[in-house]
Amino acid sequence: MTNHWVDIRNADLVLIMGGNAAEAHPCGFKWVTEAKAHNKARLIVVDPRFTRSAAIADYYAPIRTGTDIVFLGAVINYLLTNDKIQHEYVRNYTDLSFIVKEGFAFEQGLFSGYDAQARKYDKSSWDYELGDDGYVRTDPTFAHPRCVYNLLKQHYSRYTPEMVERICGTVQEKFLHIAEQIASTATTDRAMTIMYALGWTQHSVGSQMIRCAAMVQLLLGNIGIAGGGMNALRGHSNIQGFTDLGLLSNLLPGYLTLPGEKEQDYAKYIAARAPRPLRPNQLSYWQNYSKFHVSLMKAWWGDAATAQNDWGYEWLPKLDKAYDLLLAIELMNQGKMNGYICQGFNPLAAAPNKAKAIAGFSQLKYLIVMDPLATETSEFWRNHGEHNDVDPTKIQTEVFRLPTSLFAEEDGAFVNSGRWLQWHWKGAEPPGEARSDLEIMAGLFTRIRKLYQSEGGAYPDPIVKLAWPYANPDSPTADELAKEYSGRALKDLPDPKDPTRIIRKAGEQLAGFAELRDDGSTVSGCWIFCGAWGPTGNLMARRDNSDPTGIGNTLNWAWAWPANRRVLYNRASCDAGGKPFNPARKLVGWNGAAWGGADVPDYKADEDPANGMGPFIMLPEGVARLFARDAMNEGPFPEHYEPFETPLAANPLNPDQPLALNNPIARVFQGDREAFGKSDRFPHVATTYRLTEHFHYWTKHVELNAILQPEQFVEIGEALAKEIGVAAGERVRVTSNRGYITAVAMVTKRIKALRVDGKTVHTVGIPVHWGFTGTAKTGFLANTLTPVVGDGNSQTPEFKSFLVRVEKA
Amino acid sequence: MTDMTRRQFFKLTGATLVGSSLGLLGFAPGPALAEVRQFKLLRATEIRNTCPYCSVACGILMYSLGDRAKNAEANIIHIEGDPDHPVNRGTLRPKGAGLLDMVHSKSRLTHPEYRAPGSDKWQRISWDDALDRISRLLKADRDANFVAKNAEGQTVNRWITTGMLAASGATNEVGYLTHKVMRPMGLLVFDNQARV
Repeated sequence: MTNHWVDIRNADLVLIMGGNAAEAHPCGFKWVTEAKAHNKARLIVVDPRFTRSAAIADYYAPIRTGTDIVFLGAVINYLLTNDKIQHEYVRNYTDLSFIVKEGFAFEQGLFSGYDAQARKYDKSSWDYELGDDGYVRTDPTFAHPRCVYNLLKQHYSRYTPEMVERICGTVQEKFLHIAEQIASTATTDRAMTIMYALGWTQHSVGSQMIRCAAMVQLLLGNIGIAGGGMNALRGHSNIQGFTDLGLLSNLLPGYLTLPGEKEQDYAKYIAARAPRPLRPNQLSYWQNYSKFHVSLMKAWWGDAATAQNDWGYEWLPKLDKAYDLLLAIELMNQGKMNGYICQGFNPLAAAPNKAKAIAGFSQLKYLIVMDPLATETSEFWRNHGEHNDVDPTKIQTEVFRLPTSLFAEEDGAFVNSGRWLQWHWKGAEPPGEARSDLEIMAGLFTRIRKLYQSEGGAYPDPIVKLAWPYANPDSPTADELAKEYSGRALKDLPDPKDPTRIIRKAGEQLAGFAELRDDGSTVSGCWIFCGAWGPTGNLMARRDNSDPTGIGNTLNWAWAWPANRRVLYNRASCDAGGKPFNPARKLVGWNGAAWGGADVPDYKADEDPANGMGPFIMLPEGVARLFARDAMNEGPFPEHYEPFETPLAANPLNPDQPLALNNPIARVFQGDREAFGKSDRFPHVATTYRLTEHFHYWTKHVELNAILQPEQFVEIGEALAKEIGVAAGERVRVTSNRGYITAVAMVTKRIKALRVDGKTVHTVGIPVHWGFTGTAKTGFLANTLTPVVGDGNSQTPEFKSFLVRVEKA
Repeated sequence: MTDMTRRQFFKLTGATLVGSSLGLLGFAPGPALAEVRQFKLLRATEIRNTCPYCSVACGILMYSLGDRAKNAEANIIHIEGDPDHPVNRGTLRPKGAGLLDMVHSKSRLTHPEYRAPGSDKWQRISWDDALDRISRLLKADRDANFVAKNAEGQTVNRWITTGMLAASGATNEVGYLTHKVMRPMGLLVFDNQARV
């Protein structure tokens, strides 16, 4: 979230699209009802199903799953055509006036530089034009034909209300009503927030859907303001923290990135990540990259990381490509992997195409599962009848299952969707011999280190030299680790402005990332968390819920990254001179000498706004990008492509270009392409979803929730039920080209057939919560049905749009 | 006595009396019986925690029996929303309201187990046995398949025949330590729940 849960109450308009907060995040959704009750806010829901969020919305419109870019692109068209944009904001805080290089082009669904063979783009033409001074050329009058404003307008001119009706199945009248409501927030006194979740991420074009919505928010001036923002409602208690800590193939903590294999030179690695400003007097904060990086290397390798060995640069593995979950399972199927460790993760249920996951795990030599619960993954080899029909004698994988503690049995911090790090405390010991993940990871490390110390082996250096300063090496404490990722001084730190003054003594915790150095005198295992455990103690444990300004920021409750800031980009809530656009909802402001207010300013604290520094300080432009440059793989502007399993034969936006039917750069492995189904055999559009009574695949192990929703069902509309001759409560069989499930039919009025490109499209809703282990009635894992294709940038699988056939069981 | 209010009832009996004996004495006003929780929590320890499900991260209060004395084993008997928490203000949804059943789920694993190749059952093993054998497997695979240089002779120091999926409901401290342990081994097949 750019903003946070309580801030939703400041909104005048709430758009829930690509999510269902009333069902999936009800205690956060309370702030929507708060906004409705006390701020006269209106709620709009756009979703294939009439969800529980829709049930209390002021306005609801249905949409065919996977077509959100058409809808949002048409909103952009509406805003530009009707001149409903926040002019001062877009002129000063976005790249609308920037001029794009000659050579950039878009034709029939494809951008310049496409290589159909490699299924990727040469992105060199997707950039701004630079002047002789090295800065981007701009045209503040927006007259230049290649300025971003004109390219944007041209691109989305094809996204008309007629096209929305034809592709999304949303009738024009409903679309126009919603576009008008959204446009009403272009004024400085009205704010719209957008709330989304897996309904936007789990598509082959998910990242571009989200980007398209962010562009709408930028045009309206809704980013960086109270009650605004792009608010991803994340699905697990610490999925945000694990992302922040970089536990992904290509990341290091704090969104630092691992080097690619071509990056053999340390100085060049740093320089590539510390961009010079693209406009005069811009902060381009990543110029401090080396301070964050060196402080991390000191946290990991301590005294062994020195200036002479480039702070241990050689010890970091170098990437040839990013190895996401989908690729890992493909490599298992190719026999190229031997071992897999699953820590509190149930990939047999979470990965697409369960049959492929079973086949992959069956080719491993060893699988290690750490979990508080008996997951399906740990029992993938066991025959559970129709729900997991395998032959254990043919599966040669060794499996270790290690019992872990859970939240109630440990101290530590979770990061919520609003970036708050909140500390919690242990209430009891875990059952039986179960241990904390800290003890298990430490136990494995100390054993492996000992083996390398005594026997040697392949490249032992990064292992035997790892800093391990914990009082009990076999069981580091949460406090020790939190202090380490937050950071401390290794030497007395002199004030850069007055070297006679010491700002931190050696050993003292640091107050924030501004104190980090790249000379090896500081450690911080995750720079964006720096200050969470500061000189005054553990700020994550703070419990002062007072809200003196009344805007809901509670700055002394827990601690938010970065720098305890609650609303990102909050400098953009003020005009160019530093006065709040909306004085009634002031976040920060310039008082002539400094920035301050109800939040920690997202800006250089003493920067006179007259100098023109932009509010998007992490970008070298200093302003937000409506033209994404090379940051996205499909192109600088989001373009609609159909889901990989689509009921349509052609993409109505680009009917003559078959390469533009689906995402032209999505990675599809050969066998997976063959496993895609076509609409002649699989005529119904399926979308997975979640219920408020269950949490993913966990709560089927929980008695109360198993009682509330005991049995697997699928949801179909009345028209489809009639067509296939099924009554509510009867069983249906749902088949995709990859497998089938059977379940009880829930026949509802919540899903209506849509008229799309001249044909009737029925949608089937498939809740994901059942499986073959747990307390609830056993059932099929829903991913038995789903296709293996990921988003073109994140490789998040397309669980929200695929084809099935529903029939009476 | 049946029309006695809860307040009068407590005034009369004193809050330290034990509920079961009151029932025997015929002291059983309806509202008071509905308030068993009050009695239980009087002798419980309150601990502050965070709901482990979605990332609204509601504050919760956990109540455990046991006074933290050396031989008293704590047992969590009740969980409810934290009214001081600025986001949930005491509320919980059906999942959070059922958290006690998660802590005490019948599916909780209680000891390390091993499944041999081709076997159809688990066998119980000790922690030392489990960690020793896993360490051996990891080291053997790393030693056999570690890639120090790629085909162009560039130093790459990676290990891609073993992979890891990290948690989404574990603490920052677990995430940080897991990264610190696994990346230096050269691990690149590394992902977490954020992907899916």
